[in-house]
Amino acid sequence: MTIATILARKGVKVVTIRPEQTLREALALLAQHSIGAVLVCDAAGALVGILSERDIVREAVRNELFFERPVSTIMTKDVITGQPNDDLNAAAVTMTNKRFRHLPVLDAGKIVGVISLGDIAKAQRDEYLGEIDTLQTQLLGERAS
Amino acid sequence: MSVDRPGTAAHPLRVVIVGAGPTGFYAADQLLRQEGLIVEIDMFDRVPTPFGLVRYGVAPDHQKIKAVTVAFDKIASHPRFRFYGSVELGKHLSVDDLRAHYHQIFYATGAQSDRRMGIPGEDLKGSHPATEFVAWYNGHPDYQDLQFDLSAERVAVVGVGNVAIDVARILSRTPEELAKTDISDQAFEALRRSAVKEVYLLGRRGPAQAAFTNPELKELGELAGADVVVDPREVELDPLSRAALAKAPDRATSKKTEMLQAYANGVVSGKPRTLVIRFLVSPLEVIGNAAGEVTAMKLVRNELYQTPTGTLQPRATEQVETLPVGLVFRSVGYRGVPLPGVPFNDKWAVILNEKGRVLDPVSKQPAVGEYTGGWIKRGPSGVIGTNKPDAAETVTCMLEDLAQHAILHPPAPGAAAADALVRSRQPQCLSYDDWRQLDRQEIERGRAQGRPRVKFTRLDEILGALRAGNR
Ligand SMILES: Cc1cc2nc3c(=O)[nH]c(=O)nc-3n(C[C@H](O)[C@H](O)[C@H](O)COP(=O)(O)OP(=O)(O)OC[C@H]3O[C@@H](n4cnc5c(N)ncnc54)[C@H](O)[C@@H]3O)c2cc1C
Ligand SMILES: NC(=O)c1ccc[n+]([C@@H]2O[C@H](COP(=O)([O-])OP(=O)(O)OC[C@H]3O[C@@H](n4cnc5c(N)ncnc54)[C@H](OP(=O)(O)O)[C@@H]3O)[C@@H](O)[C@H]2O)c1
Repeated sequence: MTIATILARKGVKVVTIRPEQTLREALALLAQHSIGAVLVCDAAGALVGILSERDIVREAVRNELFFERPVSTIMTKDVITGQPNDDLNAAAVTMTNKRFRHLPVLDAGKIVGVISLGDIAKAQRDEYLGEIDTLQTQLLGERAS
Repeated sequence: MSVDRPGTAAHPLRVVIVGAGPTGFYAADQLLRQEGLIVEIDMFDRVPTPFGLVRYGVAPDHQKIKAVTVAFDKIASHPRFRFYGSVELGKHLSVDDLRAHYHQIFYATGAQSDRRMGIPGEDLKGSHPATEFVAWYNGHPDYQDLQFDLSAERVAVVGVGNVAIDVARILSRTPEELAKTDISDQAFEALRRSAVKEVYLLGRRGPAQAAFTNPELKELGELAGADVVVDPREVELDPLSRAALAKAPDRATSKKTEMLQAYANGVVSGKPRTLVIRFLVSPLEVIGNAAGEVTAMKLVRNELYQTPTGTLQPRATEQVETLPVGLVFRSVGYRGVPLPGVPFNDKWAVILNEKGRVLDPVSKQPAVGEYTGGWIKRGPSGVIGTNKPDAAETVTCMLEDLAQHAILHPPAPGAAAADALVRSRQPQCLSYDDWRQLDRQEIERGRAQGRPRVKFTRLDEILGALRAGNR
């Protein structure tokens, strides 16, 4: 299974924010779209960072007056990205080991989506459930024949 | 407020499912099982018979998995379920017709086309998509006029997914083995006379990345008339694959590479055919003669590199080779096609959707009352059972939307009106009882020959059989 399988059923919306926008605006976006991370893009639309709820929580503990700070000050700049034909299993291992939960996906340099560890877990579970179901059917077929 | 919400005996929720493959049946089942909700389901398929790829995709020598149709049969027996075969969305009915008769529409049309390799020579005579070969040997009525020239001694199958394995295995089976299956008579005759001696499966990555599953790989070693040949150098794991496996041990992958290594070290017993599994090669070009017929394939050797997600992807080296073959099947994946009037996401070749809710292409908001599931929702991957949780995700959205009154409000939501419309557009449509009748006849014809069934493969044959059966 590839990353594309997940993107296929995620519509086309990718929520982004500019680096100079405030963390208040970022929080509003996260809440509005019920998402755990937002991509940070410059004026040309190029990916320059990612901001997750965890980043904001960490900052809030350090600094109670964080709301007006620009996104750029706490976003993760060295973003690991995926491509649509990357393997889901490999991505899951990398995200687990490197401890990040949101993976922006680029195709020929253009942002085409974001997948979360939760999305991957669901896809893997569905695949697994499907395989079990199919095995059961085969066993029943064997017994019937 | 809930007075006029459909879902009661007096005012049932009317749902149409387009496509009678596994996804359509799983969705129907999940809707019909809802407690306290009365749902009426009409299911259409463009072919006369139900079951989609279970009938026209799953290999004829894999009968056990076809037992899944027993469960579909039960679903179809529900008093509020109707099936209409030979009814195509876009030909006999439009989306507007559906909107006028149903509260909710579920598109489950699968992937009706194939992905291309994008290399020169792909369309030469003797170079075919596996999708067509598969539909042909399974007796799909739309593919019975195709011809495959099996006079070639060497055949290449590009890709190492389970479909590629199916194609290679069917090409390698002996007539005695095929005679026990429900392969179409026409394909049986052609394969019986086949001159094929060597079948090459071509994987662009290494053994640890091969898409086929272990039971399918094991089965190749049990063929009566073909030896499996693997080059030991090509199945020795490269350092990157070894490191990846060490970091995240995975039993299935280890088992797969062990099996391949066992093939590589095995003795060739001299069976009439060989089935060669190659790794780390990509086709560069299909080469033809002056008559435009395939004569060879130019391949480049690949090496693997690691992407940031840890995926091992292929990269071409300078090393090029020529593999003489007279026939090429590309088995690099299926591809969904747009339905007229239904938003499509070209990038992934699926209906534009979010969790199965069809989206309006402009507003990107859900298109009220329209849903999708299965291969046309997520792309062409996964076994039959995978479509069950996939359909469930969509059905959950349908029920949520129903609770919010976000459904279509058809002016003519009656079962009789819908039936009259379909029959006026396609007088030759088939019912589920017609299918039961055909099914009995096919099994009967098979019994006489010691086969699971002998399929009717052409529309006139099907209609003729029904007329005869009803007499
Ligand atoms: C060659 C092959 C072999 C396979 N073998 C196995 C196997 O051994 N075991 C396993 O578990 N899985 C197997 N699979 C996978 C399995 O078949 C799929 O997961 C499953 O069939 C997908 O279900 P679906 O309902 O989404 O699509 P489909 O099964 O493709 O059903 C779609 C249906 O929609 C109909 N349709 C399309 N367009 C229209 C239209 N415009 N109007 C009306 N109807 C329309 C089609 O005629 C078709 O009947 C195989 C797949 C392939 C391709
Ligand atoms: N017996 C069964 O259970 C059974 C039988 C048939 C099908 N199915 C299921 O049906 C689904 C579809 O099967 P499938 O075989 O069509 O798809 P698949 O599993 O996705 O395999 C596609 C194969 O084509 C290769 N490929 C793609 N593009 C290529 C290119 N340009 N050049 C060379 N190789 C290329 C892929 O390699 P990469 O991995 O490198 O991309 C992969 O090996 C699968 O989920 C499968 O398991 C199951």
